[in-house]
Amino acid sequence: MNFDTNLILSIMPELARAFGVTMLTWVAGVIGAALLGFLVAVARRYGSRWLGYPLRLCVEVIRGTPFLIQLFLLYYGGPFIGLSLEPIPAGLLGLTVYGAAYFSEIFRAGFEAVPPGHVEAAECVGLNRRQIIQRILIPEMTMLVLPASVNMAIILLKETAVLSIITVPELTLVISAIGSQQYAFVESLFLLALFYWGLVELAGRLGRYMEARFSKYRFVTA
Amino acid sequence: MTMPAISVKGLIKRFGDVEVLHGIDLDIPQGQVSCLIGPSGSGKSTLLRCMAFLEEASDGLIFINGEPLGYASGPQGKPVRLPAARIRAVRSQIGMVFQQFNLWPHMTALGNVSEALKTVHGVRKSEAEERAMVQLKKVGLAERAGHYPSQLSGGQQQRVAIARALALEPKIMLFDEPTSSLDPELTGEVLNVMRALAADGMTMVVVSHEIGFAAAVCQQIAFLDNGKLLMTGTPQQIFGKPRHPRLDQFLDTYLDRGAAMLV
Repeated sequence: MNFDTNLILSIMPELARAFGVTMLTWVAGVIGAALLGFLVAVARRYGSRWLGYPLRLCVEVIRGTPFLIQLFLLYYGGPFIGLSLEPIPAGLLGLTVYGAAYFSEIFRAGFEAVPPGHVEAAECVGLNRRQIIQRILIPEMTMLVLPASVNMAIILLKETAVLSIITVPELTLVISAIGSQQYAFVESLFLLALFYWGLVELAGRLGRYMEARFSKYRFVTA
Repeated sequence: MTMPAISVKGLIKRFGDVEVLHGIDLDIPQGQVSCLIGPSGSGKSTLLRCMAFLEEASDGLIFINGEPLGYASGPQGKPVRLPAARIRAVRSQIGMVFQQFNLWPHMTALGNVSEALKTVHGVRKSEAEERAMVQLKKVGLAERAGHYPSQLSGGQQQRVAIARALALEPKIMLFDEPTSSLDPELTGEVLNVMRALAADGMTMVVVSHEIGFAAAVCQQIAFLDNGKLLMTGTPQQIFGKPRHPRLDQFLDTYLDRGAAMLV
């Protein structure tokens, strides 16, 4: 079997659309997951225990089961409880909830890593609880969780490939379909791997750039 | 006699089942420097943290310029917690400096010093920064105003932390081992700032292992051992002979004789 570059060129428009869907689900999924994860972390830290226990259970269940199965259940099981979603919204919701479980743990660890002395110093100059959360805890935590968050974003990018099983027309679905139509499995999978790797590389660079920009804020250990 | 700046009455502090302060009575006089000394685990830092209301007393009361801090005497002699606004008002008379500096790493020196003025007291940014600069000048760091804590030496960070506390114009400054995490050659600059503050008549309470500083700058020394106040007095009374045997032992163990002989 020859390596056919013409084939790759001819399928470009279709690829561009699929690339758009992957980017959309990824970016929207990461933002949604980070926001939801943050809310869960805050609720578990500052909310009542009657909120904390169920949230903890949810986080444990989501982290303890494969994303593939969660997505199947959401898409094919959802209609039984009146939740019928189109593939893209279903994929987005699944990715958001799945990512949020991990993000909430990253943020929880981040909150815990802020030295208690920084909070005491804020108390001593009269900041109230809300001001301490806004002005001290959240900014410091954000710096602490940056590396882990970039890593999580990269993992979520690769997890978007799983959305193909609920027929979201993203890169993996489109490229493997082309591969089977054209009997060009190697080319298509090669291309697919290249796409993801390129994107991951890009995300990693962005992460390193942000870490470098924030390095002057880094913690000093006395 | 004038009212003491801080008056500690029968202070008991327990962590779980462990009692670390067994009923401390201590007056901190106005406009003087008082040092709390004692071996590790003697409870001196806990006592200071109670004065800053970072630890809440298990029993007993603390008065700041005559006003109860956190708890007031209740009907059956049981301490009752005061409303949050009153606690804040009394606490605002106190500035605190920590062993670990505890500067906020995401703010510049100027940001650290002006933060509470802006956030708590609603002072306009330009005015808050002007007032913060005055304090940074006082600790000799005006030209480092734009630096982040990670760009400052330990001694500089501690001086910023002192400026941060001073910016709120406290009546009393508490120092919890302010030089213990500094390299020996950096302790001097921090102690000099504290000396200048003492010369200005600030009421100060210092937990320190710097016995030389304690002897030279403090008017009152309190020696704690095992959660009890063993003795209080002037440096001459404390370090002069004959010494309390426990103090002699402490000076032997924790210091080279040279520093103790400064007295």
